[in-house]
Parts: sequence; C-alpha cells; structure tokens
Amino acid sequence: MSKAIFNIQNGPTFEGISFGAEKSIAGEAVFTTSLVGYPESMTDPSYRGQILVFTQPLIGNYGVPDGSARDEFNLLKYFESPHAHVVGIVVAEYAYKYSHWNAIESLAQWCQREGVAAITGVDTRAVVQYLREEGSSLGRITIGDDTPCEYFDPMATHLVEQVTTKKPFHVASTLKNPVANIALIDCGVKENIIRCLVVRGANVTVFPCDFKIQEVADQFDGIFLSNGPGDPAMNVKTINNLKELLNNPNFDKIPIFGICLGHQLLALASGAKTTKLKYGNRAHNIPVMDLITGQCHITSQNHGYAVDVDTLPKDQWKPYFINLNDKSNEGMIHLTKPIFSTQFHPEAKGGPLDTDIMFDKFFHNIEVFKTHKNELKVEQPHKSTNLKQLGLNIDVLAKERVLL
Amino acid sequence: MSIYTSTEPSISSFNSPTYNPQLVEGINCVLVIGSGGLSIGQAGEFDYSGSQAIKALRESNIKTILINPNIATNQTSHSLADRVYYLPVTPEYITYIIERERPDAILLTFGGQTGLNCGIALDQSGTLSKFGVKVLGTPISTLITSEDRERFADALKEINIPIAESVACETIETTLEAAGNIGYPVIVRSAFALGGLGSGFANNEDELRQLASQSLALSPQILVEKSLKGWKEVEYEVVRDRANNCITVCNMENFDPLGVHTGDSIVFAPSQTLSDEEFHMLRSAAIKIIRHLGVIGECNVQYALQPDGLDYRVIEVNARLSRSSALASKATGYPLAYTAAKIALGYTLPELPNPITKTTVANFEPSLDYIVAKIPKWDLAKFQYVDRSIGSSMKSVGEVMAIGRNYEEAFQKALRQIDPSMLGFQGSPGEFATKEQLDDALANPTDRRVLAIGQAMIHEGYSVDTIHDLSKIDKWFLYKCENIVEVYRSLFNVTALDQLTKEILTKAKKLGFSDKQIAKSISADLKQSELDIRKLRKSYGIVPFVKRIDTLAAEFPAMTNYLYTTYNAVKSDVEFNENGMLVLGSGVYRIGSSVEFDWCAVNTATTLRKEGKKTIMINYNPETVSTDFDEVDRLYFEELSFERVMDIYELEQSEGCIISVGGQQPQNIALSLFENGCNILGTSPLDIDKAENRHKFSTILDSIRVDQPEWSELSSMEEANKFALKVGFPVLIRPSYVLSGAAMSVVNDVHELEIKLSLASDISPDHPVVMSKFIEGAEEIDVDAVAYKGKVLVHAISEHIENAGIHSGDASLILPPQSLSNDTKRELKDIADKVAIAWNITGPFNMQIIKDGKKPLKVIECNIRASRSFPFVSKVLGVNFIEVAVKAFLGGDKVPEPVDLMMDRQYNYVATKVPQFSFTRLAGADPFLGVEMASTGEVASFGKNSLESYWTAIQSTMNFKVPLPPSGVLFGGDLSKDFLGNVAHQIEDLGFKFFAPNQKTKEYLAKYIKNDVAIGILDFPKNDNKKIRAMFEDNDIKCVFNLASKRAENTDDQDYQMRRQAIDFALPLFNEPQTAQLFAKALHAKIGEKIELLKDDSKKIPSEVLSWEEFLGYKAM
Repeated sequence: MSKAIFNIQNGPTFEGISFGAEKSIAGEAVFTTSLVGYPESMTDPSYRGQILVFTQPLIGNYGVPDGSARDEFNLLKYFESPHAHVVGIVVAEYAYKYSHWNAIESLAQWCQREGVAAITGVDTRAVVQYLREEGSSLGRITIGDDTPCEYFDPMATHLVEQVTTKKPFHVASTLKNPVANIALIDCGVKENIIRCLVVRGANVTVFPCDFKIQEVADQFDGIFLSNGPGDPAMNVKTINNLKELLNNPNFDKIPIFGICLGHQLLALASGAKTTKLKYGNRAHNIPVMDLITGQCHITSQNHGYAVDVDTLPKDQWKPYFINLNDKSNEGMIHLTKPIFSTQFHPEAKGGPLDTDIMFDKFFHNIEVFKTHKNELKVEQPHKSTNLKQLGLNIDVLAKERVLL
Repeated sequence: MSIYTSTEPSISSFNSPTYNPQLVEGINCVLVIGSGGLSIGQAGEFDYSGSQAIKALRESNIKTILINPNIATNQTSHSLADRVYYLPVTPEYITYIIERERPDAILLTFGGQTGLNCGIALDQSGTLSKFGVKVLGTPISTLITSEDRERFADALKEINIPIAESVACETIETTLEAAGNIGYPVIVRSAFALGGLGSGFANNEDELRQLASQSLALSPQILVEKSLKGWKEVEYEVVRDRANNCITVCNMENFDPLGVHTGDSIVFAPSQTLSDEEFHMLRSAAIKIIRHLGVIGECNVQYALQPDGLDYRVIEVNARLSRSSALASKATGYPLAYTAAKIALGYTLPELPNPITKTTVANFEPSLDYIVAKIPKWDLAKFQYVDRSIGSSMKSVGEVMAIGRNYEEAFQKALRQIDPSMLGFQGSPGEFATKEQLDDALANPTDRRVLAIGQAMIHEGYSVDTIHDLSKIDKWFLYKCENIVEVYRSLFNVTALDQLTKEILTKAKKLGFSDKQIAKSISADLKQSELDIRKLRKSYGIVPFVKRIDTLAAEFPAMTNYLYTTYNAVKSDVEFNENGMLVLGSGVYRIGSSVEFDWCAVNTATTLRKEGKKTIMINYNPETVSTDFDEVDRLYFEELSFERVMDIYELEQSEGCIISVGGQQPQNIALSLFENGCNILGTSPLDIDKAENRHKFSTILDSIRVDQPEWSELSSMEEANKFALKVGFPVLIRPSYVLSGAAMSVVNDVHELEIKLSLASDISPDHPVVMSKFIEGAEEIDVDAVAYKGKVLVHAISEHIENAGIHSGDASLILPPQSLSNDTKRELKDIADKVAIAWNITGPFNMQIIKDGKKPLKVIECNIRASRSFPFVSKVLGVNFIEVAVKAFLGGDKVPEPVDLMMDRQYNYVATKVPQFSFTRLAGADPFLGVEMASTGEVASFGKNSLESYWTAIQSTMNFKVPLPPSGVLFGGDLSKDFLGNVAHQIEDLGFKFFAPNQKTKEYLAKYIKNDVAIGILDFPKNDNKKIRAMFEDNDIKCVFNLASKRAENTDDQDYQMRRQAIDFALPLFNEPQTAQLFAKALHAKIGEKIELLKDDSKKIPSEVLSWEEFLGYKAM
C-alpha cells in the first residue's frame, strides 16, 4: 500500500493511499455524484484524460465484471468501451473486498491492469466543494515517492481522435429483416448507444469521427452522432461534414439524433456556440424538462461543455429540454426536419433509463422517413452492394471497434 | 373520476415565468387521519409524516382538522392542526367528525395502515361520497389495488413485473392446497394488515396449519407464496405527481436477506452491493409500477433480488407514507411527506422547490456522499414466553439511524444507539455457549443475531464464508465487519500506552470506534478510561468533523442545518459561531420512552427559539419530529453518548445543554457532562444524582419528613430473606444485574424469592438487590411539576385507575383527579413543594405517590426530568409544562408566576390516558401487567366525566371492538376476590352470553349474578389452537375478562391461554381489576347508545365527539 497524493493546481492537496496503477498521472479533475456505475463511467470514452472524483462514499463494492464478455450483438456486455479512459480516480473509501456474482476481479486489480491511478482516503466532499467554487481544475495523482507529473490539460488536445474507431465497423441486427440501417459517427461512442440502436432492429455502421458522412448518407435510414470527450469546437472536420450534410437539401428528410457531444456538434454545425461550464454536469440524478410536453425526466449526464441556447438559429431550431437545476440547455429539436439531440444520455449505463424513449422517437422518425422513401418509390439500394462501391464491404468490415 | 382536472404535464416550474400550478379547486378544509397509539409496526414515523403534511397544508392556507387520540404526539397540537379530535381512528368516529365539520377533502396516506384501512372503509360505506369529501392524493381504487394481494398481482402481471407467486386463500384447506402446488417452504401474508402482522414462514403442512389458523383470525384473506429465503431485499421510495412525473428518492438495502420483515431488518442506504444494472432495473420497475397503479404522492416498493443473477420479485407496495419513507426522508434530507402532501393538493414536482437548496426543484433524486445505517430496537426481554425469533412479522418497537462516511462508522454508531451498553460491533465469548448455539443464532435470525456475528468473528474465528453460509448475509457486509475486527485485534494487542499510536487511534476512530470501546479493548492493566482515551486522541489532534446533509453531495451550495459528525474528513462544512443551546432528544423509541419525549424535545426547542435562543438538537431517531431540520437551528443526527455530546458541545462552543426533556437516556450522561465542564441548564446534575441514587434519595426524603415504603439494599440471600420477613410479603425486588427476564418483580413468598434471586439474577456485594415493601390495593398518583429554584411553578395530579403495582407507564391516568379530596390534593402539593426545595429543582420533575387508605402518602419514585405524562397533562390542563420549564431554565424575568392548576381552577371535562399494548405482535408473550412496563404507546380522550372519557379512550386503542350483545363474554382468573364477580354483575342484564373455563368459575360467577343468566363452560383443549379457535367462534366470544392474581408459571396455565387467545383473536382483553370494573361500568352506561348509533339510519353524534378546543373552551397551545 503506497501513499498517494492528489493535488489540484492552485488548490488543496489531499493525502491518501494508492490502490490502482503504480503510475503518477495528471489530467483534468472532475467529479460525479452518481451512486453506482463505476465500471461504466470509467470505460466511457467521454471521460478520456480526466481524473474522476467519485462522491459515492464507497467504491469497488461489487468488483469489476468481465470486460471482454460480449452479448448477442457482439457488443461488450459490461463495459462501455474495451478499456478505461479515465487516467485516475479519487475516492473517499475503496472497498478492498468486493462481493458480486458478476465480478471477476477487484477494482484495484482492474485499475492496475488498465494503468489507472487510484487514490482512496480523500475527503471527496471537500474536493467537490473546491471544484464547485473554483470551477474545473487540473489535477494530478502522485504515487509513493514519484516525482509529480506536470499539470496537463487534456482539453487542449483533440481527445476525440484518440477514442474514435480507426476504421468503420458494422454491428448487425439479429433480425432476419432489419428495420433500418443507421450510420453512427463515433466520437467516442458508448457500447450501450450502439446496443440501444441494434436492439430496436437496426444494422449499425460505425464510422470514424471525421468520416465524410455526407457522402454516404443516402445509403442510410438514419444518422446518429455519438457522445465523446473534450471541447466540441476542436472537432472541425466533423463539424464541417455535418454542415454539408445539414445544408444539402437532399438530406432534408433523413432523421438525425445526437447525444451529448453529438448534440453539441450538431449545434455548432448549425451555427450555434458552445461554452465550457464552470464545473460540468456529471451525475445520474439531473432533472430535465421536455419543453414541448412539460414532462420531467431524471437523466444521466457527463459533460463539461454546453450549447449556448441563445445562439441557436431560431428560424431552424428550438430548445427541446432544459436542465431544471441550472437551467442549461439539454437538447434541441429542428423546426422542420426530423432532427433532435440531447445533452443528457438516454442510453444511461450508468444511470436512470427514463429517457430511453428518445431512441423510440428516433426510430419513429426513421419509420416515417422510410415510408416517405417508399412513397417516392426511391429505389432502396441494396445495402451491401452500395457499401461495397464505397469500399465498405460489410462482409469484410470489422465487427467491433478498431483501436489501432 | 379524478379530482385532478389535468393529468397532463405542463411546462410550469418553480422559480420560472411559466409557474402556474393547477390545484384541486375548492379545498379550504382538510381532514387528516392520524395513526393512533404507538404500536409495533406503526410508531412515531406517522407523527413525523402527519406533522409534515399538516405543515404543507398550512403553508397553502388550508385549514386542517386532525383526528388522533395519541395525545403525546407533536401533530396533535394547535401550533400545527387547526382543530384536533382525540378520538378513536375508526370509520365510525371519522364519520361523526365529517358530519360535524364537513371538510372538503381528506388525507388518508399519512396515518399508516390504520388511516388507509379507515379510508377504504369510508369509501365503501359511501360516507365520503355522501358528504362530498374528496380523497386527496392517491385515489382509493389504487389504495385498494395495492392492498388486495390478488388485485395487486393482476395489476403487476399487466405490466410484466414479476411478483412472488401467490395464491389468495380464505380457508385453511385452500391454504394447504395452494402450498402443496407452490411447494414448501412457503410464506404466508395476511392482506390488510399492518407491518406484516399474521405473516410467517412454514416449512411443512403442520407449521402451515398453525400459521394459517392464526392469520385467518386476523384477516379474512391470506396469501401463500413461494419463499425466497436468502435473496437480497431492496426498497425504493418513489414519488409521482398528477402529471406523471416520477422520481425515486432513495433506495435501501437490507443487511438481513429476505425473510426478515423490513421493519426488523438492519438497513443501509444507499444500496451497497448493487451494480448499475441491478440498481436501475429495480428503479425502472418501481417507476413503472407507480405509474401503472396511479399513485399520486409517495409509495414504497420492496423487492427480492436474486443474489446471483438478475431475477427479482416485487414483495410489496405501500401506497402511503411508511416507516421506510420516514427513514428515507431522514437518510437523504428529502422531505417525502411534505412533498406528498403538496402533490396531493395538485402541485407537480417541478413546481415545488427543493426544500433543502431552496433554489432548485423538488423533481430530482438525492445523491448521498455518506452511508446511513438503520438498526431496529427490540424489547423482547421485557416479555415472558415471547418467541424471540424474527421473521416476516415485525417485533421491534423502535429504530435508530446513524450516518457515517463509511460503513463501519455508520454501523458502529447505530449499534451504540440501540443501547448505551453496546460499545459498537461486539460480541462476548460465551454469549452463545456452544458452537451449535452460535451456529443456530447465525442461521436463524433473532433480536441477538448481530451479537452472534460479533462473537463468531471477534472471538471464535469464524470466517466470512462460514458466516455467510449460515446466515446468507451478503459477504460484502461481513467483509466490512471484518475490517472492524482487524482494528479490535490491533487494540487487543496494546499492552503499553505508547503502543496506542496516533495511527492506530486514527484508524479506530475512522472505523467508528468510541473512546469507551477503545478503552475497553486495550489491555485492562493499562486502566484507561473513556476520558483518558479522549484526552489522548485530542492530544494527537484527532477530533471529528461536521458535514452537511444536502441531498446532492455538495454539487450545489446548500446552507442546510442538517448535520452529522465523521472522522473521515479533513474539514467541516459549517462554521461554529452561533453558540446555540443544546437540546438532547429522546433517542430510540422503546418500551418506557417514546414519542412523549419527542414532544418534550420539540417544545423545548420551540420555546428556546421563541425566546431568541439559537438551538441545536441532538437525536438519532428517524421516527421523530425533533429530527426534522426545520424545527431547530442546527440538527445533529448523532449519538446521545457522553463522547459525542461533549464533542458537539465543544465544537459549537455551546451556551448550555438541556438534558432533562429527553427521558432517561440523556439524563444518564448528565453528571459526566457536568463534571467535564458542560453548562447544564436547570437542576444541577449533582442534585439529580441525589434522586437517582437510592440511598441519597431516601435520606433526603427522611430529612424532609416525606414517607416512602420501607426498603433496603441487600447483597445476600440471607439478608433478603430477613428483610422480607421483617416487612412482610409481598416485596418488590429490583436487581442491579439481570440475567434474563424482567428486571423488576413482585415476590409473594419465600419460595418465589429464592427462585427470583437464584435464577433470574445474581445477588452478591457487586450486584446488590434493592428490595422494598410492596403495598397492595393502594391507589397510585402521578405528580408532574415544574419548579424554579426550588419553588413549584405548576403541577398536575393524575390518578391511576389501576392500583399501585402496575407500572405507571401501563397505567390509565385520569386528569383532573376525580376521587381525591382537597386535603389529599393539598398534601400532594405539599410533598411537591418539599421535594422541589430539597433537590433545589429548576425545571421539570415527576413523582409517583401511593395512597393507602388514610395512611400517609408515600413517594415511590421521583424523576427530576420531564416525564412520560408531560404532553398529557399539558394538553389536558391547557398549560404547556415544557414551556414553563424552559422559561425556568432561562431564569430571570422569563419565569412565570406560580399557579395552582389543581386547586384554583375548575374543569368541566375529564381526560383519560390509557396504554396501547402490542401483544398481538409478540407471539407467545403473556399479556399480564406488572411492575415492568409492557405497553408501547398510549392514547387519551376527553369526556364530560371519567366514564365517558374512559369509554372513548379505550375505544381509541388499536383494533378495539366494543363487544355487542348477544355475543359471548369469557370470564376467568382470581376467584378469591370480588372483582371478577363485580364485573359480571355489572353487565349481567346487557344481553351477553357468559362463559367460564370451568365449573369452579361458573359457580363463583353465579354467586354475583342476580338474574338468571346462563353461564356456559368452555373446556380449553391443550395445544390445539384450531379447536380453541373453533370454540371461540362457535360461542361468539367477543370479550375476555381475565383477572389472574399473578403471572403464569408456564404456558399450560389456563389463564395464560385465555389471555393469549384473546390477543391472538384480536378480542378486547381486560386483565386488571380496576380497569375491568370501569369498563363494565362504561359498557353498562353506554352500550344502549352505541347500539343506537350503529344503526344505519342514525343521525346522532355522541356527546364525546367534541374537539380539544371545545372541551377546553379555548384554543390551547
């Protein structure tokens, strides 16, 4: 058991015990008030480069499940991506012994394998109070007698590039007659987003973040924009691709759905602006109100940036959801096209499943779109041949993320 | 049709321009149903829930009418409810009130199961529609669906939510058949019963037959289900508004696996062993259920969760405020009852502010950065023949809640709160003598299982795996216990003081060890006291920090005053600049100390605030109003130990500490606090000690010439015998060290004395026995008073209906006294004056005095603190004794002028307070009254005379059904006295059928009966409840008088059988001569009127149906 130190740049220092990788690290210190779901959070690519402070009093209670286990769609059963993306975690108390039917190792063992620094024994409430007052800050964890790392701001790097799939891959529906073909722009997508799409009967083709989606959009029944890490404004190529897509009248009817970073990118492509929040919203208990119906939902969130709702082009978009805590924007919907996006995470994992209905809405839009296409008697191109022409033969496409 | 015009959501939200709540129209006056006397399964949590509901209505300018005979509660006060009726919470009496008051609406979900059942009955009888009374919140149809297991199962099937397979049965035969199909073991539940009453497990046909016959006695329908023993038990508290917005406020996980009633389980919040997948699977199901059922307000969903997979079953849904909702409110800071009441009026969740942050909305889910432990408090040792196993029927009388930053801290705090004798997680070698006994105690839950785990882990070297295999308790909890054991080991190894390093001490404190626990764990040779450890750790700078409960893990700034202490921190959330006044609350509810002390604590804080003082409450009982954070300036949800109170006193640099309003528990630490420099308000702890110490007490009484029964402290059998012979039997013995069974008892002869002193207690110079002359047939009187610097300011004299010998907590009190002469009253006042001077009392005190004919009055007990009867006397006399006491504490010009409420004032009403027993819950326990208290609560009613007030009060006890002729009345007990005969004589011409258990009793009764009433003989079969039941049913027995002179010596005793059967068949039982006679008198006087009233076309309202204000003639308190 080595000592560990957690520093916040220009802020307080906390002493504790290391229980993860014997590796000192630096990153952006953020906190989440979620009560469960540490394997999900830590493998969520949106946390890339961050030091995650958990306010839950104890962590590691139920160990870590098998990260390689896959479901019937060949998707990771328990993780949101194959590896941990946080560089470090800070907890009040680590449960050295776990107990769960589903666990194959302890959180400590997993952190050690994944190279995640971990410190226990920290008054996390005091950390939150500091971050709340001073805003998101850089932090570092120093193990034992290591020389402390230089502070490092991951937000200054293009994090999406690090987490996006390097090549397209295909996740097939298990249905005999899949209901739709969906293109997904991967900025760091969570496995469960893909699952939420295939489980509803769609084939999902996942493209790298800078893939020119506008060139293949006509081959698909819907386009999905994923979550991901970092400053949305850094994704210049993706934003430009989306601009072209949105400005092409041929695609006026194609349904688009974006989540989190996907929401922000859609906003940026529409001419709106994003801003960095003081300390972000990372929790499983955030109330949002549907501004069309007035219905409230409890949502899972994980974002440091938000769409500045005042900059949304009012002739095209209207706000869809609002955060009832801080009144920040939680989603937008196009006035005429079947496009909407949410800042929160309807796919949960972890977090509440209340807004799962957003996927239903997307599929409803797809249904309408397909009916429309049929009415126009547009020849439904046979997908595999067309994708072949694009050099995307699904038979040879990867079946899972391409990491290298 | 819904009373809510809109069930669609709208974009209206709190603190926004769109705010536009659509409330139920025409609601100006609401009737709130209280839960009645505290009983097992339905306790103080409903005072808290009801009080919050009334507050919420008041805020909306709605007039509230409350029916609740529980006079000790906070809700039955004009500072909350506009009108209060101390009447039976029954459909009959609620109907009278509706007729008189014509309320616009009714709230049914804040009065526990009692309130719910009444609501359903009132709906079915058409009363609510007849008077146009709207049911606010969850509609009746939903309540019925949630209560009727069959409808409930159907409803859940419609939405594919799995529920434990269950079959509704109405006869023993169908029950057996159903179990045969489902497969043993099975669980039996009774529908429409509170706290799982009449529920249990059966492993085979014989067990089931026995269980089913009991359950069917209590409920027309029982449910047979597959037992899921060993599954995890998890609960969710869910809120839904009329616009379908839903939140889950808290989830909780039971330490005890399924099989132990959740009220009897150790519970942690939030859940500790659930993954995200499991947590949200159950959360989503809870929301789906509440939406499907159509709850508008609060609801609790209990699950069984497969320990090794994702299968689950819904166990139960309570569509009302519950014990769990009170716990969840205290655990998270989210006021569920308040919110539910607002929702009932039509507000939606986003329209309500988060009462903690005030800036965000109530439509959110709390996040906890701490752990909450709840542990039940059982008092089973107080009962004879009681079955100590715990299972699907609740037996605990109270519960504690502790907050820590980790499991160990919360768990150890909670264990100490259960009883001051507990050091924390502990066990003693030999507590369970053999391996078999220990294994059995681990495998079969009883009130002492946690001690068995302690013994097994700390002293017997059991592994986590072994304990898990036996108990099925999740290993995670046991691993955590093991962490505590590790610290114990390092403390056990400390044989020199310098080995008690800063590191060890820090670790121990972080894991929740108390100073005393550390002192007792290190080598005894070091002779370290609690104070020594305190000094040592402070020298290392090891002190607790104070954290806030803010519902959101510090995500937003929230200036809450809801606090706890922890050693797992580096800074405190609050500044200590208020120098507030500490008020020590009552601690856990148990037999002998309950909601009455919460009323005292709350009123103390209220008065202090009125007088401009900052207040700090310390209490750890989640069922209380005193732990409602808006009652005080700062609330510490903390231990009432010397260590913690002193910590808080020092941190807060408190102005002073009030120790005399929370019952005996705070009083017990008064002297230590005082000796360590704490400013104690009121009577000096040195003087208090002079009343608690028997020798000093007696000497002072002698010096002021106040009489007392002869007594002596004895340390050997010979001395005891000698004393008994000198004063003559019977004698009262009070051992200082009790091995088992009751602590105090009356002994009638040498033989009994030997049994008691050799078997029940250990008599030696170290463990002396206090023995006193027991005076038979004397009257007992309670004097409650408040003094200032030795001068009595106010006093109340209540006479007991029962003779001396029944514990004052089990006695029925009449106020103002009806049979005492002015001379006696003067004499009593004189004694009060003398005692006040002798002990230099400032503040509250209470005495029990006996009056034996014309002999001088004798003081048998004196407590220099507020007593159980303070709320009763205050509310009956219209003078708040606590307010007077607090003013006395503060002194100076605050102190009111003395007034003699007994002699100088006239009262044209009488109030009677009667005990509420919970024998129904305690299988096997002998319903016999003696010097040890057995009641769990009390109720009181007013009347124009003592007969009327007693008549109403006795009907106010839970499930009391007045026997109506021509039903049968069973007589039994002591035939050497006239009491039983007098009773029979009194009611002989009312048309009842009389029964006796044998020829002798029959002949005895015949002597007292003038007319020719036939007396049947019931021959009690042994060990065959079914036959006994049939016998009771065939003869339509509806009331039992059993006036036995002493306790049963074994369970074959016929009197025991008779008493026990009366309880098990939910019949009125009179087991004490004076109350039996009074009830007979009341029956004689009132039965005619009752029969008239119960006729369908009756328009009459009986004379006792008057509000508190009407009885007093003004609006008091």
